[in-house]
Amino acid sequence: MRRKRQSSLFPRDLVAEAFKQSFVKLKPGVMLKNPVMFTVYIGTIIMLGVCIWIAAGELSQGRLAYNIAIFTVLLITLLFANFAEAIAEARGKAQADSLRKTREDTPAKKVFPVGEIYVDEVKIVPSSQLRKGDMFLCEAGDIIPMDGEIIEGLATIDESAITGESAPVIREAGGDKSSVTGGTKVLSDKIKVKVTTDPGESFLDKMIALVEGASRQKTPNEIALTILLASFTIIFLIVCVTLKPFADYANTPITIAAFVSLYVCLIPTTIGGLLSAIGIAGMDRALRANVITKSGKAVETAGDLDTLLLDKTGTITIGNRKATHFWPAADIDSNVFMEACVLASLADETPEGKSIVELAGENGVKAAALQSGKSMKFIPFTAETRSSGIDMPDGPRIRKGAADAIRHFVQRSGNTIPADTDARVREIAGNGGTPLVVSRNDMVMGVIELQDIIKPGIHERFDRLRKMGVKTVMVTGDNPLTAKYIAGKAGVDDFIAEARPEDKMNYIRKEQQGGKLVAMMGDGTNDAPALAQADVGVAMNSGTQAAKEAGNMVDLDNDPTKLIEIVEIGKQLLMTRGTLTTFSIANDVAKYFAIVPALFITSIPSLQTLNIMNLKSPQSAILSAVIFNAIIIPILIPLALRGVTYKPIGASALLRRNLMIYGLGGIIVPFIGIKAIDLLLALFM
Amino acid sequence: MNTDLLGVIVTFAITVLLSYPLGRYIARVFKGEKTWLDFMAPLERLIFRLCGIDPKKGMNWKEFLKAMLTINLLWFVYGFFLLMHQDKLPLNPDGNPGQTPDLAFNSIVSFVTNTNLQDYSGESGATYLTQLLVFTFLQFTSAATGIACLIALFNGLREKTTNNLGNFWSIFVKSITRLLLPLSIVVSVILVFNGTPSSFKGKDTIITMQGDTVQVSRGPAAAMIAIKQLGTNGGGYFGANSAHPFENPTYLTNMVELISIVLISMALVFALGFYIRKKKFAYIIFGVMSLFFVLFCINNIYFESKGNPAIARLGIAQHTGSMEGKEVRFGAASTAYWSVITTSTSNGSVNGMHDSLMPLSGGIVILDMMINALYGGVGVGLLNYYIYIIIAVFIAGLMVGRTPEFMGHKVEAREVKIAALVTLLCAFLIKGGTALASYIFVHHPNADWAVKPSGWLNNPGFHGFSEMLYQYTSSTANNGSGFEGLADNNVFWNVTAGVVMILARFIPIIGPVAIGGLLANKKFIPESAGTLQTDSVTFGVMTIAVIVIITALSYFPPLALGPVAEYLNMR
Repeated sequence: MRRKRQSSLFPRDLVAEAFKQSFVKLKPGVMLKNPVMFTVYIGTIIMLGVCIWIAAGELSQGRLAYNIAIFTVLLITLLFANFAEAIAEARGKAQADSLRKTREDTPAKKVFPVGEIYVDEVKIVPSSQLRKGDMFLCEAGDIIPMDGEIIEGLATIDESAITGESAPVIREAGGDKSSVTGGTKVLSDKIKVKVTTDPGESFLDKMIALVEGASRQKTPNEIALTILLASFTIIFLIVCVTLKPFADYANTPITIAAFVSLYVCLIPTTIGGLLSAIGIAGMDRALRANVITKSGKAVETAGDLDTLLLDKTGTITIGNRKATHFWPAADIDSNVFMEACVLASLADETPEGKSIVELAGENGVKAAALQSGKSMKFIPFTAETRSSGIDMPDGPRIRKGAADAIRHFVQRSGNTIPADTDARVREIAGNGGTPLVVSRNDMVMGVIELQDIIKPGIHERFDRLRKMGVKTVMVTGDNPLTAKYIAGKAGVDDFIAEARPEDKMNYIRKEQQGGKLVAMMGDGTNDAPALAQADVGVAMNSGTQAAKEAGNMVDLDNDPTKLIEIVEIGKQLLMTRGTLTTFSIANDVAKYFAIVPALFITSIPSLQTLNIMNLKSPQSAILSAVIFNAIIIPILIPLALRGVTYKPIGASALLRRNLMIYGLGGIIVPFIGIKAIDLLLALFM
Repeated sequence: MNTDLLGVIVTFAITVLLSYPLGRYIARVFKGEKTWLDFMAPLERLIFRLCGIDPKKGMNWKEFLKAMLTINLLWFVYGFFLLMHQDKLPLNPDGNPGQTPDLAFNSIVSFVTNTNLQDYSGESGATYLTQLLVFTFLQFTSAATGIACLIALFNGLREKTTNNLGNFWSIFVKSITRLLLPLSIVVSVILVFNGTPSSFKGKDTIITMQGDTVQVSRGPAAAMIAIKQLGTNGGGYFGANSAHPFENPTYLTNMVELISIVLISMALVFALGFYIRKKKFAYIIFGVMSLFFVLFCINNIYFESKGNPAIARLGIAQHTGSMEGKEVRFGAASTAYWSVITTSTSNGSVNGMHDSLMPLSGGIVILDMMINALYGGVGVGLLNYYIYIIIAVFIAGLMVGRTPEFMGHKVEAREVKIAALVTLLCAFLIKGGTALASYIFVHHPNADWAVKPSGWLNNPGFHGFSEMLYQYTSSTANNGSGFEGLADNNVFWNVTAGVVMILARFIPIIGPVAIGGLLANKKFIPESAGTLQTDSVTFGVMTIAVIVIITALSYFPPLALGPVAEYLNMR
């Protein structure tokens, strides 16, 4: 069961909150953050002044009602822009809040220190009183009060509140699975946990702060775009200021309302009003994909990624290798062989071992269970023997392991591997599988075939990534031969076989030296350096604290395929900025044709030819243009929040497509819109 | 077919055909490969040794620009001094006076900046010495300055990551010895053989058929005319520029000059392709430039050939088109073509009077200068175009879902800031200047100046507005042509236009070179399927959109109030 995600863009309660916020954001200090809209703010104040001036008896500035109308539309423009930002914030906040709800004040069994050491003197305190470094206990049925790291014990934990995944997971002290998240529930056993963050400083809290704007910083690209937009704004400011002497020369009086309107229409208010909403929506979309980003920059960088390092297990293949076939040697009965396999694996807790038991099915297990007794001795896997197995009480020693390991001690006893088994071993290896040879009392019984199961649809996803220009690299502990086979079958571009953590690091460095941006996902402490080195490092929520600190995103689902989604979210974010900028600027064509003739028509009647929209009167033309300019902002809010759809069709085709829709559309739409508004206004004016 | 039109088409075709191999040659020269002009090498070595220059020493963009600015400042002081005291210096057979300080300021700025806005008249305002050692000399050096800065940009684009944009002195000297000088010799020889004077004798006296005695100015003109065209300077030896029979005696010289005006600018576009090994990128740029250029030509040729509607209403047939301000030797089409080519390239020489162009032709030449990158001035045209590219890259880059990058380098806040500043500056200078003039004209018509503001304009109404707009546009574009109706030799116009020229010359050079240097210094990012292709037709269209929307559109109001209103009223 996945956590319910908001399907509506504008839930009613959020709209109400955003509506309130759009007024609150009219504070000059807040407005100043957005230079484009700030100039509109000044224009609005000027218009307010003009209205008062006319009310006081000034006659040269046109009718009061008309000026009030312009003032109102400008004010609404501001409110719309504020609303866009507010609704994006509200949505992000609501999303984060729903996550935070899971960690409401829960009672914590805090462990108190006595002298220098912590003893199990436990008092129940509210979770809000826990501080970094404190210890608490959790037993079956308890809700974990805070994020922390297990320092003692092992427990099964239900993380569905965070991840939506109902299957319980095991977390234990030491190793890479020691992290627990506040709000999750312990199902069995007892753990002692050390708090790793102070209240209000968890990743989620940081994310909420980012969304709320308190600590939101503009990303580098956002800054660059703001500079560009500001320069357009100044260009159009020059256009409007210089128009005054031009008009004097042409002996045409122009009202302040007309100047302000022309200015507001020409500057890129559409993108200016939506810019911060787009950025917030990007982080919000990441959060909806259950990824917590530590900065807006990380989302932006994700759009630029060139190389993805993907762990084979869990990303490309389903889970671990699975036993897919029992191949008994020529003179061995298949049931006997299966029984031996199950016996050798019963005590084997590795995923491979479990899959052997699974494959054997109920009958096999039952048969084996009959033979098993208390006195069986389990021989665990070691690096030297490279095999594991079991010593039965009545003598037989069953071993399973890599072909050459088994061959080694079979030959020591003077036996050989049967030719058919040998051939099978080579065949399995050639197909990318892993052969496990099973022996009983140093006699080869047969081979178990283990295969990686490649996730359905993963090939298509890699194709999609390739079309985006993203290179995929599979990281695996397998030998190069197996790795190559799976890489080919899954369709990744490159692989790192027999990978150690430092290999990942080296690969990332190498790619980065070639100017590429690299992303990886990891969970272990030994992944931390590589996560920090990568341009986008996604740590799994189940990973260690070190890994989570090192990366710049945390995936709550612990889903390694998430990287692919993250790339698309990044690209969407950048594209939305680009297309709306284009749209906003392209709109100017129509606005010029609406306003410039209107300004001069009284003194230069021949300019009527430029009034190609045939707008009714100069006043209605100007009013239509500003109204269009205002309402286009809320019309585009859904696009800003959802993001422009990314299609991996190659950069040139994508540019062509967006130029057609947002460039050409940006030229045509306002002609239609302004004309339509003018027709409506004609009914009243 | 109409021979007028045929002449234009043949001229354009020859220009393109010549510019391609010239582009390849230019690329070879600056790559340091063997060329047939290598016999100039000893001369270059001598210059380097005399000046103590190490031509192999690389420069980063700051050092490069510092060298460029220093030498230009030096020439400014040198030329200013010579012009003010030319009456006391030798080679002044006609006894012309020294220039007033404001005129000398305007003249020297005008030539250092490759503008050649001439508020003086060559026959009476300059001596043979200053014509040669100030004006002709600066026509070489200002053109070479532009080329050198462009080559610096090329160097940045060529390498994956570098902070070495080449040695300014070396590139500068080579662009004179290998390019400007040889071509100028060829062109001036053609001119001399067609009747352009090249003499140090003073005025000649002739008696006309009517029996009047007329003084005819002459001088060492041919050399200057060659470089004025090739270096997109445009400053003529005589006041009437290439409409003067000595500057442009025959239809052949007319063609040669038309070709010379745009030859190097066009060749530099091709040179870009050869130099950075991205020919398709260069072809797309050439295509975009040519598209605008041809459309502008069609407009001007159409309106000039059609004749003046006001005269047509009087019932007078105009078979040869609108002939006011045109030379009968060249015809309406040729002058229309010249008007576009000279404004496209920041050249500014004329073979007819732009003040007499039909309103929309006049509007187009103004717009052409506002864009100032359709082939453009030698070197600087492409530098201006580079700014459009950066803005196009920024918006288009976002539209393909990546942070913007150009040729493997990320375009970030700093580069955008510089590009924005350059764009802003030009808009500010043109509109601000015209607004200032309009304001003074309207509100202080009787200011106590040598020429009262009310007496500035030759024509009232829209055309008068166009005259002022033209003057600042021409200064900003470093073009130098004028709507000659404007009374521009007085303190106000000399000084304001001078300031505009300096700012509009150097900031749009510093900007692109700085961006080029900053980008070249960044880490190189290899191309992938998701990278924006800047050598595609789509990107060409994007650049067109940027040029139209950013430049053309931001000038919509003044253009509507000047040429467009005049056109609509005249119909």
